[in-house]
Parts: sequence; C-alpha cells; structure tokens
Amino acid sequence: MKNVDVTRFAFTALAGARKRTFLMLLAMATGIASVLILTSLGEAARRYVIGEFASLGTNLIIVIPGRSETAGGGVVHMLVGETPRDLTLSDAMALQRGSAIQRIAPVNVGSASVSWQGLEREVPILGSSAEMLTVRHWEMAQGQFLPTGDIDRANPVCVLGGKVKTELFGNNSALGEWVRIGDRRFRVIGIMASEGHTIGVNVEDVVIIPVASAQQLFNTSSLFRILVEAKSREIVPQAIEQTTRIIRDRHQGEEDVTVITQDAVLATFDKILQTLTLSVAGIAAISLIVAVILIMNVMLISVSQRTSEIGLLKALGTPNRQIVFLFLAEAGLLSTAGAVLGVIMGEIGSQLIGYFYPVLPVGAPWWAFVAAIGVALITGLLFSILPARRAAQLDPVEALAHR
Amino acid sequence: MITLENIQRIFPVGDQQVHALRDINLHIKPGEYVSIMGPSGSGKSTLLNLLGLLDHANSGTYRLAGDDITSLSDEQHAQLRRERIGFVFQFFHLIPRLTAAQNIELPLTLSGVPPEQRHKRARDALTAMGIADRADHRPDQLSGGQRQRVAIARATIMNPDLILADEPTGNLDRASGKEVVEILEALNKKGKTLLIVTHDPELGARSKRLLHMVDGKIVSDEQQNAGES
Ligand SMILES: Nc1ncnc2c1ncn2[C@@H]1O[C@H](COP(=O)(O)OP(=O)(O)OP(=O)(O)O)[C@@H](O)[C@H]1O
Ligand SMILES: [Mg+2]
Repeated sequence: MKNVDVTRFAFTALAGARKRTFLMLLAMATGIASVLILTSLGEAARRYVIGEFASLGTNLIIVIPGRSETAGGGVVHMLVGETPRDLTLSDAMALQRGSAIQRIAPVNVGSASVSWQGLEREVPILGSSAEMLTVRHWEMAQGQFLPTGDIDRANPVCVLGGKVKTELFGNNSALGEWVRIGDRRFRVIGIMASEGHTIGVNVEDVVIIPVASAQQLFNTSSLFRILVEAKSREIVPQAIEQTTRIIRDRHQGEEDVTVITQDAVLATFDKILQTLTLSVAGIAAISLIVAVILIMNVMLISVSQRTSEIGLLKALGTPNRQIVFLFLAEAGLLSTAGAVLGVIMGEIGSQLIGYFYPVLPVGAPWWAFVAAIGVALITGLLFSILPARRAAQLDPVEALAHR
Repeated sequence: MITLENIQRIFPVGDQQVHALRDINLHIKPGEYVSIMGPSGSGKSTLLNLLGLLDHANSGTYRLAGDDITSLSDEQHAQLRRERIGFVFQFFHLIPRLTAAQNIELPLTLSGVPPEQRHKRARDALTAMGIADRADHRPDQLSGGQRQRVAIARATIMNPDLILADEPTGNLDRASGKEVVEILEALNKKGKTLLIVTHDPELGARSKRLLHMVDGKIVSDEQQNAGES
C-alpha cells in the first residue's frame, strides 16, 4: 500500500468520525498549547530578570569580605556573609587606582530609626558615595544624590526613598529639612525616583547617607561590600585581577575577599529560573500525557466501532502488520494535526499574554516546541500500538459478524 | 481446486463443544458451480469461512490448488485471500465513508496499485456491473442490489479464481437477488470456481452441483441438470 493511500485512508477514517476527531484534536492541542504557554511564561520571567540584571551594568564587580573556597560558592557566601578580615574605606579608595577600574562605590548597610517632627520609622540605611547613583543606574525624583568628593567625609546629608519620604513628610516638601537618624541629624538633599527597581535593594524604602556617616552611625570601620565598575565589559577580567591584587597587597598578602561579577550572579539566577521553567513545563506535560491517554482510548473505541471493517480488510487479504500500520497512521495524523493546532494555540496564547503584560518578553523557547511536538508524536504513536495490535489480532470471522 | 479431508471444526461454548463441521470430505474441481443448502446452524458459513482461510480446522487437511494450506503462516493465508479468493457477504460489508469506486478499488489500494490503473479498473468493473453512473455514490446512497454489485466488483477486482458467496441474496428482494445471481453465474461461466450458500431452493436448483448439510455433515451431494434459467 502506498503511503499517500495510507494517509488518505487514515484521513477518511478520521473525517468519518468528526466529533470524536475534533475532541481528540482539542485535547492534544490544549496539552501542547499549555506546555508552550507555561514555558513561554517561565522563559519570559527568566529573560525579564536577566534583563533587570543587565540594566545594573554588566561591567559590575562586587567585592565581598571573606574568602569563598569553592568556585561557585560566591553567592552563598555573599548571603551568609562571614567576615574574617574587614574591608575598609581605605581599601575602597585604593581600588580607584586600578587602571581597568572606572569607578567604585563602597556600601554599608544597617537599620536605624528615622524621625521628623515626632513621626518615627525604622528604615534600612544604606551608606555609600556619589558614584553609587551611576554604578546602579538609579535616578533622582527631586534634589540631588550624595555629594561628590572625599568619600571619608561624614557629611550630615541624606537621600530618602520615595516611600520613606511619603511616610514621614506626606505631601510636605522634604528637601532642605533636617531629619533625625539614630542620634544624629541629617539634611535631606534628594528623593529617589520610584522606578529605581533594582534587585537586592528596594530604593523606595531606604535612606541613603554618605558611607563615612554610616560608619559613625553604626560605629564600625568595616564595609558591607565594594561595588567596582570596570571601564568596559571586555576588561572585566583585568579589573577583577587588579581588584584582587590591590586588596591582597593591602591585607598582608592574604586573599581574604571574594570577588564576584554580575555575570556570576546572573548565571545563578539563570539556572534557578530555568529549573523553574522546566518544572512548570513538566506540570503542563501532564495535560499532554492525559491527551495521549485519551488518544489511546479513542483509538480503542475506533477499533471496536470499526470491527466489521477490520474483518473486511482481513477478508480482502490485508496482512496484520498493514492493519497495525493503518491504525498507527491514523494516530500519527491525529497527533500531528493536534500538535500543529497546539502550536498555533500556544502562539496565540503567548501573544495575548505579551499584549496584556508588555514588560514580559514572552515567546516559548525552541526546545519547548521540539519537546512538546516530539512528546505528542512519540507518545501518541506509542500509546496507539496497543489499539492497533488489538485491531490486527481480531478474529476475522467474529469481526465480520460484528454489527 | 479444493480438496477437504476429514475436516473437523469444534467450537468450545462454555464447557460444551459445538461440532460445527464433522468429518467433512469434499472435492471441488476448478470452474465448478456449487450451491450449499441446509438448515440454520448446519455449518454452511463455517465451511465457507474455512474454505476462504478466514477460519482454521481443528483437524483434517485442506488442499487449495494442490498445496496443503494447513501448514502455511497467517501472512501466507492473507496473500492467498488477496490473490485467489473473492468474498461476497450477505451484508455487503462496504466501507460507508468510501464511494462505490473507492470501495471497489480497496483491494488494489491495499496492494499498492498506482491510482490511474486503479481508477480505470474500478471504472471498467462498475460498467460491467451496469452501475457506472453510481461511481461517486456512497453505500447509503445505493439500493441493496447496487450495493451487492459493488461488493461483487470488489471481490473480483483482483481477478481471483475462487468466489465464495455466503447468502449473497439474503438481504435482497427477489428481482435484484436474481440479477446478483446472474452476475455471479456469468463470472462462473468465465471460468471462476463459484460456491454459494443459500436458503433459497430456487437459487440452489440453478447450480450444477448441490450440497446439503445437516448438523455439520454433508448429507447429500447431487449433480443437477445445469443451465436452466
Ligand atoms: N464462533 C463460534 N462460537 C461458537 N459456536 C459457533 C461459532 N460459530 C459458529 N458456531 C456454531 O456452529 C454451528 C454452525 O454455524 P454456522 O454459522 O456455520 O451455521 P450456518 O449453517 O451458516 O447457519 P445460518 O444458515 O443460520 O447462517 C452453529 O451451531 C453455531 O452456533
Ligand atoms: Mg450462515
């Protein structure tokens, strides 16, 4: 039997049971579409987060006190934050000498109560320098950021996050006012723009003061970390090398800091989100499996409804393997059509999500297409072997007598 | 053409055994026209299915054109059915979603004959059956007599030398039944061996040889004055 004829025969069989075929297609297509839409969502989330990181600057290097033993342990260490030897402001200033280094921003964090005219709030305090604004691509809503100049000068000025400003001042103007932070007084010189959405720090809910002031406030001489911006992406490795060397020289030849790049953090997040996408896709794949089991059942029904036709095929001398082949062709056609329909539905679904949530860069990755269609076809065929063989093994006399 | 020796067919039904065929011995020469009659349940269909290789004997030997069939594989049985045997059934067994022409072509399609050749042979067969204008009609748009003619065209499209018809007129009125029988007899005149199972004595009387079956046995085997019509 010619392949065209097999296809045509299978096609007429499917077209002959229109409602059943339609429901099957729908089940298969829904399974595939849900895999595609969910992976596309997962991918979108991943690309979104990576995009956010990239906006931080891919030239960024982070120096953390403490030596990380394992190569990939930087992030973990960063979170645990052991401190064998302190990073100091002088370390930070020394880094400015590196030829591959554009600018640095020391960071100190803590928490203190901030009050104005009797209103008081406990707020995260970020100690840093003027460079921080550029390094992290933040923007100002009003006023200005921390003053440039010597970073070891403890100016009594502060910049408020949008939320802190509203909570303390309401609709009153805050610029030029004096607030009390801990036991010191600071003059408000700027308000952060609210869209400064940055991973790690919520600039809405923070008060930024000069790093030297923060050290006095928290009575410490150490730094939480130093942000280093390389002159360009290409020379990030040199910048890392210089950073490590400068700190080592200053710490009696001991490499007691961890230097991580934005890329390393990014790779970690990338991996986490990819795993997330895969597990979501796995959940969606369950609907695909359900569809495939449905196909098996429908094929079984098809075989029992067409028993007398199978008897006829046998009487006409059709070999068993050809009968198997005819039914598999039918399942294959059904799976293929379902897959195509599913891809179209999935694409429409993704586009709709993209339309309603424009920030999400939706679009299923190529492997999702390959996996969804592959799983649909392979399992669709695999699960049809049983019904097809059942058809081929029917007794011809009994099959012909079936009405 | 056909030689049966000591054929037994026993169906187990529950813990009982139904002897559908008991010790059948039969010889049919090429080109013969044989009718098989007998009461319901006497084993006529069972015999025909066995001759058509749709069923197997429990014991005994079956020789078709000199070859012992009993030892052949399923696949070889299928090939013999495809190439040498044409079935005509009481209930036509046309595939409802295919047109008359497509139903007739089915054996050719299954054997991989190219479309142009298929279409031509189906057209010729339809013309020979006198229903050329019904080529694109589906079975439910045809009368019983027309359906059976399509079925006969399908049974003969591969040019088999043995035609087995189980009550081919059982579902037809007298007039179209007669037409169908005449078509089958015309095929026999062209040299095909023809076996017809029937309940109609008038039809049984038309053949040159008439077998009577009762309770799984051939109780009489008569040569008749052939050819009255
Ligand atoms: N698959 C089967 N299982 C059990 N018994 C069967 C089977 N097929 C046939 N028989 C029995 O074998 C006997 C012969 O059946 P068969 O169909 O050959 O009769 P028949 O002569 O064709 O009858 P009818 O004129 O009604 O068609 C009957 O008793 C029937 O019940
Ligand atoms: Mg019968």
